Formats: sequence, C-alpha cells, structure tokens
Amino acid sequence: MENKIVSKLQEDKKLLSIYFTAGYPALNDTVKIIRELEKNGVDMIEIGLPFSDPLADGPTIQASSTKALKNGMGTELLFDQLKDIRKTVSIPLIIMGYFNPVLQYGVEAFCKKCEEIGIDGLILPDLPLDVYQDQYETIFKKYGLINIFLITPQTSDARIRQIDAASDGFIYMVSSASVTGAKQGFGNEQTEYFERIASLKLSNPQIVGFGISNADTFKQATKSAKGAIIGSAFIKCLTENGTDGIGDFVKDIL
Amino acid sequence: MNTTTKTQLPLGGKPQKGLYEVTKKGYYGEFGGAYIPEMLYPNVEELRQNYLEIMADSSFKKEFDQLLKDYVGRPSPLYFAERLSQKYNTKIYLKREDLNHTGAHKVNNTIGQILMAKRLGKTRIIAETGAGQHGVATATVCALMGIQCVVYMGEIDIARQAPNVARMKMLGAEVRPALSGSRTLKDATNEAIRDWINNPVDTHYIIGSAIGPHPYPDLVTRFQSIISEEIKWQLQEKEGRKNPDFVVACVGGGSNAAGSYYHFLHEKEVGIIAVEAAGKGIDSGESAATSALGKVGIIHGCKTLLMQTDDGQITEPYSISAGLDYPGVGPMHAQLYQSGRAEFISITDEEAMQAGMLLSKLEGIIPAIESSHAFAIFESHKFNPDDVVVVTLSGRGDKDLQTYIDYFKL
Repeated sequence: MENKIVSKLQEDKKLLSIYFTAGYPALNDTVKIIRELEKNGVDMIEIGLPFSDPLADGPTIQASSTKALKNGMGTELLFDQLKDIRKTVSIPLIIMGYFNPVLQYGVEAFCKKCEEIGIDGLILPDLPLDVYQDQYETIFKKYGLINIFLITPQTSDARIRQIDAASDGFIYMVSSASVTGAKQGFGNEQTEYFERIASLKLSNPQIVGFGISNADTFKQATKSAKGAIIGSAFIKCLTENGTDGIGDFVKDIL
Repeated sequence: MNTTTKTQLPLGGKPQKGLYEVTKKGYYGEFGGAYIPEMLYPNVEELRQNYLEIMADSSFKKEFDQLLKDYVGRPSPLYFAERLSQKYNTKIYLKREDLNHTGAHKVNNTIGQILMAKRLGKTRIIAETGAGQHGVATATVCALMGIQCVVYMGEIDIARQAPNVARMKMLGAEVRPALSGSRTLKDATNEAIRDWINNPVDTHYIIGSAIGPHPYPDLVTRFQSIISEEIKWQLQEKEGRKNPDFVVACVGGGSNAAGSYYHFLHEKEVGIIAVEAAGKGIDSGESAATSALGKVGIIHGCKTLLMQTDDGQITEPYSISAGLDYPGVGPMHAQLYQSGRAEFISITDEEAMQAGMLLSKLEGIIPAIESSHAFAIFESHKFNPDDVVVVTLSGRGDKDLQTYIDYFKL
C-alpha cells in the first residue's frame, strides 16, 4: 500500500497541513481535533507529541506542550488515543516531536506502533540527518514511515541537495530564521528564499512552515511550494475558541 | 574570519582518538554528538569546522594566554591546605580557581570563546546562566571587548541571585528572564538556544559548561584544560611529581571538572573523582545526582546521561547550589562514569554546607557551595597519609553568602 503522504502529494492542489499539540487544550481532544480537521478539508495533520523542552518552538507551542503534559499526555497514551483512528480518518497523519521521548520509548518500538496505528511519517527536528542515516533509516523504512527533514534560509544548497536525496516524501521548508510562531507574514527575504528553493528543482516537493497564520500567508507560501503548515496560529485558535472554532479557522484559510 | 597560521597544536593539545577525547563526529563513547534542529546546523557547523584551527593559531594562543595572565590573574595558585590535610590525614592541595577575576573558573572559557567569536566575525553574544557566575563572566569579557551581550536567566534565579544580576547590568549586559518551564538554568539554556535560532548570522552563543552539541563540550573543555595544565607543573614544583594520586572536582554540567581532569585522563595512576549534588538525598526526589538518577537521552543537543521520566520528559533537578542544579551532565563525564574511569560520589546539601563551613574555619577560605561539595568527600572517603589529592576550588563563596547566612543562621 502506498504511503498516504506520497499519494496526497500527487494531488493537483496546494496542501494545507495543520499542527496541533496532542493533549491540548484537553487531554482527550486528540481524536476530535483530527476528525474536525479532516471534515473541514485539511490535507494533512501533524500530531505534536509534547516535550518538556521544545527548543525549536516559540511561546505558543511551548505553552501548549506544558499544558498537555500537565493534562497527563504521554507517548503510550497518545498511541492509545490513536489506536482506532484509521477506522474513521483517511488523510495523512504525521507525528511531530522531539527525539528524546522517541528514544526512551525505543525507536523501533515507536516506529512499529506508528505502523500499527497507520501513522505515515515522522518529523523529529532534533534527529540530525547523519544520525538518522547511520542508525535509524532502515527502521523507519521497515515500518513504512517517511522521515521529514527541515531546511531553513541558512541551509546551504549543497546540504539541501543532501537532504533532498535522503527524503522520500516532502521537505519541511522553514520560512525564516526563527522558532515557531515568532514572525508574522513574509518579506522580500522570504520571497527570494522561496524562489531560490524553487529554482533548485528538487526531487521532493516542499511544504512551508513557520510564519503562516492566515489565507494571505498561506497563498504567499504556496506560490512556489506544494503546501504550507500552520501550527501556532491554530493553537491560538484552540486556546481562544476550543475545538468548536476549528471549522471556521480552516474555512478562513482555504 | 581572520586568516590563521596553524603553527601549533590547539589549546589542550592534539585531538586524541582515545576513549575520553571526542571523536571527529563529536562522541565520547556513545555520548555526545550534535542533536540539533536544522536551524542551528549552520552555526554549529561553522564552529565545528573552525574551532581547532583557531585554537591552534599562534596569535590566538598568545592573546588568550596574555589575557589569562594579565586580566584573569593566572596561573591560579596550587595551595597546600595544611590544616585540612592534618584533619583528614592526607595531603590536600587546592587549585584556587576562586582567585580568578570574577571569582570562578568560568572566565577561562568566556575569554577563550569571546576571542573565538571575534575571529568568526560575530558581533553579538548570548549566554545562559543559572547562579549568574557564567553570566557575569560572559558580561565581563563582552565589556572588555565592547561587544553586545544578552544573558538568559531563569526568572526564579533572577530573584534569588540579585547581586549577580546587578553585576551583569553594571557590565553592560542585558539580562532577559526565561519565563518558560521551571524558570531556572535548563530553561535559560532553552531560551538562549531559541535566541540563536532567531539570530543565526551575527550571534555567537557562549555556552558556560561542557555540555551542548559538539563541538561545545570539547571546546569548553579545552579552554578549561588550563586548570590541569597548571596543576602538572605546579605539582612538579611542590612535590617533585607531575601527577597527583587523585584529582577531585564538583560536577554540574562539568566544566571545572573537565578542565581539572583533562591532562590526567590517560594517566592511569591518577584517580579521578567527580562529586555530584545529591540535594536532599538521592532518593528524596529533590536531587541533581545525574549519574545515579539519569538515563541516556538527549538534552540541549547532546546525548548524555540526564534525569528524565520514563516518557523522556526532562525532570527538574534540585540542589542548594545553583551551579550544580542541572538535569544532565557533560558527555565526557557520562563516558567517564560509564567506563569506570572516574568515581562518582554524591554529596547532600547538608554535607556540602558543613564542608564549606569547615574550609572557612580551617583555611580561611569561604568556598562557593558548588566547590563545597568536592570538599565534603573527605568525611566519608579515606585517603592514605601520603596520597596527594588535588581538589579544584572552582569558585569563591561571596555569591553564596545569603545561603550560608540562612542555613547557619549567621
């Protein structure tokens, strides 16, 4: 069976991916949020496994992670919440988190569990490319998981090519030198960066993340990229409106 | 970057492929590495590619040595503690890092890193600090060089270390509170890393301990290795031998310990003793004894031993000493522990405070509470009368006066 991320990337449309932190705002909102997002036309979902020390995240996602952990979220519980998710949800699901909780669960055990549930890919920002290739690539592939790497405006062309060669889904294109939720909107710098990446004609499509919060920034980000990811802005929406606000949030973007 | 002339070995000597020195990929055994998000890759890679070359440059070394001598006041004395030796019936020498400018060993590293930052063309410095010693040492060198300085410090630490916050401000640094998590050292480090992600081009991050992604543990260790380099010739002068029987240091992240051990790692006859903070007791739930309580994991970009839940969430450490209050330990120390090369001893708050009081009374030296932990081992650990035991006195106790006052109702 083809990986759901791969088939989704073949669709002739710009993709909207939404990130949320599992266990936030309430511990058992996970499945409800996923269903609402799919129902409202989101293309892909990143389920955040909360971590105590999220280095690459700004205050919004940090706060949601802290709250989720306080609510009692954990690795085993997340897997338990997701165990029947494929009975009702068919869009690609990605788990995004930091490497340490995965390492403690056991990388192989974690990947195996993901396959059982029907998770399609992982984003682990602090699992570096060389360590992945040396130690974990065969495990990820054994369980049919796509590993998604990040690039930034500071990533050299040579390294982007390296990352492109190691990728088999999409490349997560961080829009600016920043943590999540730090910047609003895009300037000339981003436009140039988007164009530079487009001109590299990479073999993997790119999905832009960081700095996308509304229809305008979504449109800008997806001008040359295949799709865009919204995280902090969606978390803010959950904070303000709870899960009832999901439909309106997505409609405003698409 | 300035052009460098590679005429000498880097500070700390040639990188060895031994068990205790870092490999090219940044590992000490299974520990170390650079587990960093891609956003940090260019900064860390720039440093990795250049640090040994810069350290090997003769003009760099000259400038570093000159500042250590004229500004820091090195060499720091190796002092024979006669009354302490009598009490414990062994020969105890103190390596007096407390006599450095700014009052601790931290400045050895900040001098080195500020010179390195200049060579890399950086115009802005960031740092994390717990008790404020590393923050002060960073603010100091930034004032010296006229470079902008931002120090991240947990909101709770800012409240309890007011004198050091004032020092940093006088030195022209901006002190930014870390408001996330437990609002202490761990979180200050997170904030500094986030700052670096947001400012990847002009900023150098001066990490204060032998922690973080490769090359930081090795870089910091090499700058601190001046401690064991001096011990060797000082001991030769005093005892007619280069190697002590034991070298003892306290370990939080482990920079003073790394520097104290460095030149003895391959000298098999030298016993290495690492002293961790047990806080209120290893099993009390309020401890920072990482070797006893930690498991292998990733913290601040490095694979090492750290205190964490079964789920891999990093837990809050506790020690009366803010400098040892860190949930991880440098990767070199994790390897020294795992390989059995070093003996790890944990000391409670109570034992450390008593040892601090004893050193004050017997030798007229009020130690930092971090260092007090190292002196506390003599109560339970017996040495032979002719053993030469060097203890690194990593810092002075001025900053801890309030804690001593409260503890002993002075």
